[in-house]
Amino acid sequence: MKGKSLISITDYTKDEYLKILETAAGFEANPNQKLLSDKVVASLFFEPSTRTRLSFETAANRLGARVIGFSDSGSTSVQKGETLKDTIIMVSSYADIIVMRHPREGAARWASEVSSVPVINAGDGANQHPTQCMLDLYTILQTQRTLNNLNIAMVGDLKYGRTVHSLVQAMCNFNATFHLVSPQELKLPSVTKMHIKDANLKYEQYTELADVIPFADIIYMTRIQKERFSDPIEYEKVKNSYVLTKAMLEGCKPNMKILHPLPRVNEISEDVDTTKQAYYFKQAENGVYVRQALLATILGAK
Amino acid sequence: MDKETRELKVTAIENGTVIDHIPANNVFKVIRILNLENNNHQVLFGDNLDSEKYGKKGIIKVSNTFFAPDEINKIALVAPTATLIVIRNFKVVEKTKVEVPDEIIKIVKCFNPGCITNHENITTRFKVIDKAEMKLKCHYCEKSIARNNIIFA
Repeated sequence: MKGKSLISITDYTKDEYLKILETAAGFEANPNQKLLSDKVVASLFFEPSTRTRLSFETAANRLGARVIGFSDSGSTSVQKGETLKDTIIMVSSYADIIVMRHPREGAARWASEVSSVPVINAGDGANQHPTQCMLDLYTILQTQRTLNNLNIAMVGDLKYGRTVHSLVQAMCNFNATFHLVSPQELKLPSVTKMHIKDANLKYEQYTELADVIPFADIIYMTRIQKERFSDPIEYEKVKNSYVLTKAMLEGCKPNMKILHPLPRVNEISEDVDTTKQAYYFKQAENGVYVRQALLATILGAK
Repeated sequence: MDKETRELKVTAIENGTVIDHIPANNVFKVIRILNLENNNHQVLFGDNLDSEKYGKKGIIKVSNTFFAPDEINKIALVAPTATLIVIRNFKVVEKTKVEVPDEIIKIVKCFNPGCITNHENITTRFKVIDKAEMKLKCHYCEKSIARNNIIFA
């Protein structure tokens, strides 16, 4: 994987993911390893992000690398009309690796084609966010001690949530059964359902969150955004039906954990935070270890 | 039109290529895809001609021009039924059907307005993910495009 860009979840094989997850576990046990003290990591955030940027920069710092970059494109020459291509060619002559988020779909793939150093996609519009998917896999493995044969419930905005699409695609490698809970308007796109069918796996669709709680191993919650609805009345009807509360957790499986890519708004009630099922903050922490593993592996230090 | 007449028309050029059985009204798209507007040789074309097989069809004849398979297969997007006839010394020396290529480069524009290819000067690339349905997938934004959403650059 040395020198290999990570743009899309399909760029790495199942074995390569598993290797990254194993390396990440090593960083969780021992986070401060100055393996990249002679490296410069460029962190190019053409649109704002809290968790992803901070966790990448934390990962780079814990590895001893220096970080250059920007956290929104307002203060850069992009504002003067510079093309992405020119920005990337320039930065790739300064840094050893580029981590980038961009509002346009395909921006990271394009950057990887013009860059002389590897590129890690930290989100390209509505398209891909592969490092989120890897930290989701890491967290599932950590909580269930296996990735195989799990009942995964995906809840909320299954239509537009890119983390949902990537995670479904990735879990198709591990014989998962998918329980898809969403309002009618926000069902999983047929192209993603095709991945499940192609892998000969099963999925069920639900509109009630309570229906999946008794048998789920993982409940993956997502935020439902008002602007996704063509009819505001539809939003008002469903906005409270996908809220997970502590009371609903009674009767869940003992191994069940709740994940969320964050930020959450009201879809997980705060009284859930102190339950033993709540795992979303630990999931966000895991992002640092997985990103350490990726930076170290791609730069050839692991 | 009977077979003999068609053969006569086809062999009416001395050397070159005849593209027959183009779906009616797609002749101009084929001309554009093959960049025949900038060809310096004789180009003859007809549209909405009677066809036994398809009802109506288009035909293009280009003198002294021969196409590499990669080049000609690009027209499969708009003319999947087309037949390619190579003429030398007024004789048909080769007759083939176009084949849908695995990848489409440059000639199609991504229909996703958020795709980076619609904002920077990038040569578009699409994988043909379903040859029968002519479904494409953008190499950059990874969106699938159905046949009726294909936009030519």
